Amino acid sequence: MLLRHTSSEVVERSALTINPAKTCQPIGAMYAALGVHNCLPHSHGSQGCCAYHRSALTRHYREPVMAGTSSFTEGTSVFGGQANLLQAIETMFDVYGPEVIAVHTTCLSETIGDDMVQIIGKAMSEGKVPEGKHVIHANTPSYVGSHVTGFANMTKALVHYFAEPSAEEKKQINILPGWVEPSDMREIKCLAHRMGVKVVMFPDTSDVLDAPQTGTHQFYPKGGATVEQIRSAGASISTLGLGLSASTRAADALEEKCEVSREMLELPIGLQATDRFIEAVRTIAGVKVPDIITDERGRLLDMIADMHQYVYGKRVALFGDPDQLVSLAEFLVCLDMQPVYIVTGTPSTRFEKRIRSVLDSSVPSAKVRKGAQADTYLLHQWIKQEPVDLLIGNTYGKYIARDENIPFVRHGFPILDRVGHSYFPTVGYRGAMRLLENILGVLMDRQDREAPEESFELVM
Amino acid sequence: MADILRERERQVYRKGAQPFQLDCEKQSVAGSVSQRACVFCGSRVVLYPIADALHIVHGPIGCASYTWDIRGALSSGPELHRLSFSTDLRELDVIQGGEKKLYAALCELIDAHQPKAAFVYATCIVGIIGDDVEAVCKRVSREKGIPVLPVHSEGFKGTKKDGYRAACEALFQLVGTAPTDGISPISINILGDFNLAGEIWMIREYFRRIGVEVVACITGDGRVDDIRRGHGAALNVVQCSGSMTYLAKSLQDKWGTPFIRVSYFGIEDMAQSLYDIARFFKDPYLMQRTQDLVRQEIEAIMPTVVEYRRKLQGKKAAIYVGGAFKAFSLVRALRLLGMQTVMVGSQTGNREDYEQLRELCDEGTIIVDDSNPLELASFLQEKEVDVFIGGVKERPIAYKLGVGFCDHNHERKEALAGFAGMVNFAREVYGTVMSPVWKLTPRKRERALPKEQPE
Repeated sequence: MLLRHTSSEVVERSALTINPAKTCQPIGAMYAALGVHNCLPHSHGSQGCCAYHRSALTRHYREPVMAGTSSFTEGTSVFGGQANLLQAIETMFDVYGPEVIAVHTTCLSETIGDDMVQIIGKAMSEGKVPEGKHVIHANTPSYVGSHVTGFANMTKALVHYFAEPSAEEKKQINILPGWVEPSDMREIKCLAHRMGVKVVMFPDTSDVLDAPQTGTHQFYPKGGATVEQIRSAGASISTLGLGLSASTRAADALEEKCEVSREMLELPIGLQATDRFIEAVRTIAGVKVPDIITDERGRLLDMIADMHQYVYGKRVALFGDPDQLVSLAEFLVCLDMQPVYIVTGTPSTRFEKRIRSVLDSSVPSAKVRKGAQADTYLLHQWIKQEPVDLLIGNTYGKYIARDENIPFVRHGFPILDRVGHSYFPTVGYRGAMRLLENILGVLMDRQDREAPEESFELVM
Repeated sequence: MADILRERERQVYRKGAQPFQLDCEKQSVAGSVSQRACVFCGSRVVLYPIADALHIVHGPIGCASYTWDIRGALSSGPELHRLSFSTDLRELDVIQGGEKKLYAALCELIDAHQPKAAFVYATCIVGIIGDDVEAVCKRVSREKGIPVLPVHSEGFKGTKKDGYRAACEALFQLVGTAPTDGISPISINILGDFNLAGEIWMIREYFRRIGVEVVACITGDGRVDDIRRGHGAALNVVQCSGSMTYLAKSLQDKWGTPFIRVSYFGIEDMAQSLYDIARFFKDPYLMQRTQDLVRQEIEAIMPTVVEYRRKLQGKKAAIYVGGAFKAFSLVRALRLLGMQTVMVGSQTGNREDYEQLRELCDEGTIIVDDSNPLELASFLQEKEVDVFIGGVKERPIAYKLGVGFCDHNHERKEALAGFAGMVNFAREVYGTVMSPVWKLTPRKRERALPKEQPE
């Protein structure tokens, strides 16, 4: 038993995180930067940070992930990282020819106090940034927030550097998708497209981290939001920010800088959240919802009706990122399931309130924990005290699932041991159908595996 | 051929007429998309397989998250090493210092898990805010009665190699702290095998069969108490010399234990290693048993290997690995399979390593130090490689180009060491080189087309 080291007795820990349900800011910034066309993310810190982030993203997406590093040394930590970053900028434009270099900081460069604005200014005044090319930055100290914060900060940086106020309104809406999969971004664009709405989406990692096999290695794959698109975001009718933790900062910045009104929604995971998303797009753009979408919704509803007897009352434990958890919990409640334990390592101030608003009427006794010491070790301890029927979370949930023999649906970041997340969305009505299919699959597989022979059923 | 960074020109060599010149052990050029990692990474991979020790990462959460159970270092008993422990430093800790938090975390953990020892990894930020990790470790060690060892692995303080050294220093403190009663005069420590996919179990079995006692495995399937009495072994046997030579030398200096370098990879190197060890003990019976074992093992696998060689003859391989020493064995093993190595490189090789590689390789082979994806992709295409052998970041590059891939790093799923490992290796290489998927990929299809035209 792998997790024999987990005891059911919860001892309050003051200083220790075990088996975290989060990671650090820079990887979120790197992921967001990959959603910009012709952009090379750059890690301003030690070489290891960059190697770890690239490896983690590569394991999750099974795609090459390119990023530069300032390769800090002992000397850098004394004299500051300016010389390294200046050289890095020069080297990268020279050799890798990006249109944008998106620098994010690390715990190291933040602590020694490197001033990104000053260094980038110096690079420009020294002619190290070629005409028409850009160096942007986000401050992403690893000891603040989590990977979600890093994503939010880099998305905000895109607004800060690129979005331009405009007197003339463009007939388009901005969608900030939040930290979702390339497949999800593709699906969100597809929904808007079907409604006949022109969308500016950033970041957009579709066609970057789900690139087709072409027999060549595309250093910059064809996807990603272009600088031109992000620039034009300042002229859009409105901004739809999806995922409060990941997208609020950028949506606010866009409103402040370019006076583009913004509406914040939870991620469109599940029936009701997707309803709200479709309704918001419909209202803002003044369009009709086409039958093809209405029918999709109808099919999802039909599927729920067909299968509700198999999910009713099941107890579920969830861990992951705040935005995903809130919408997932709402969907589970809609399926008449009981999300009883919910854990995120991300220290989000509004998380508890958001999740309670979803759970209060149906699962008032749910245990919810966020931030420090809200880790999968704690979640496992809760499960040991009173078991659940289903676990939803990233790959690291597999230890608990195996130990406690719990059906397990993988969702979130990272997924290191299965495929599908980059190709098949979990947002929108079709995404909800896939989620439900996966949930039913693991629950019913278990029933088939473990039912005594006399009650082993052919028809379910 | 893609541009090679000007500063890197001297880190790429093509074997041929020109005199051998290859710069290595250089800092990566800032801005290079290097495949290298940091000091912490080096320490963490070396020490992590010690299964009954606590491994606590002192720093913000990332360093612990990214190294949580990503290396398949198997344990036959406790699995404490597969959990992720971190002090999860926050902004306030950075301002006020993290010593108190570290102290509390260590105490909480030791009380809960009763480990045999604890390793405390210092990350970048700890080096900057100036926590006295050493003092905290001493205090906890005194109070809890177990060795609590600081690992000075601040990421920026060098390369992965410096991390190996920091790990060796921590290990060195452990050796010699327990009695050595009852250890056979024919005994060894295994250094530098990490029990990926259970490889050390195969190697131990060979030693059992020839009658050599293994005192400590450092660090694959490692146990603290074994390492503490490691000074009782008559010989240190060092694989992965890049990471463990420093420890072997320290043990030689302090305890007078000699060491030899070995490799368990490929038939030739595996057999040679066993013979070298047998020869060291100057025992004719031991040598006889070793010869018997080698003969039996080779007889058992040779028909299969020959079969694979028949099919793989003339195929081309590229190698990019962490340490250069592993590359030697790979070149030889591939040759045994009838394959030619057309590109070989490492993240951290030294001059001696590359000199040796040059001697080993055929004319025209590209030898490269601290490469990056652009270079690697261009070499794979230029040389029309059939299989690329590397680690996690290299895999998708190969696949995108329509080239087979074999992980010879943390993510290997089959034991590749020992005699049986050679068959696994051959099967894996065969499986990926011959996969029908490559026939469907555009590059191969285009390459295949002109050949169908008559001259």
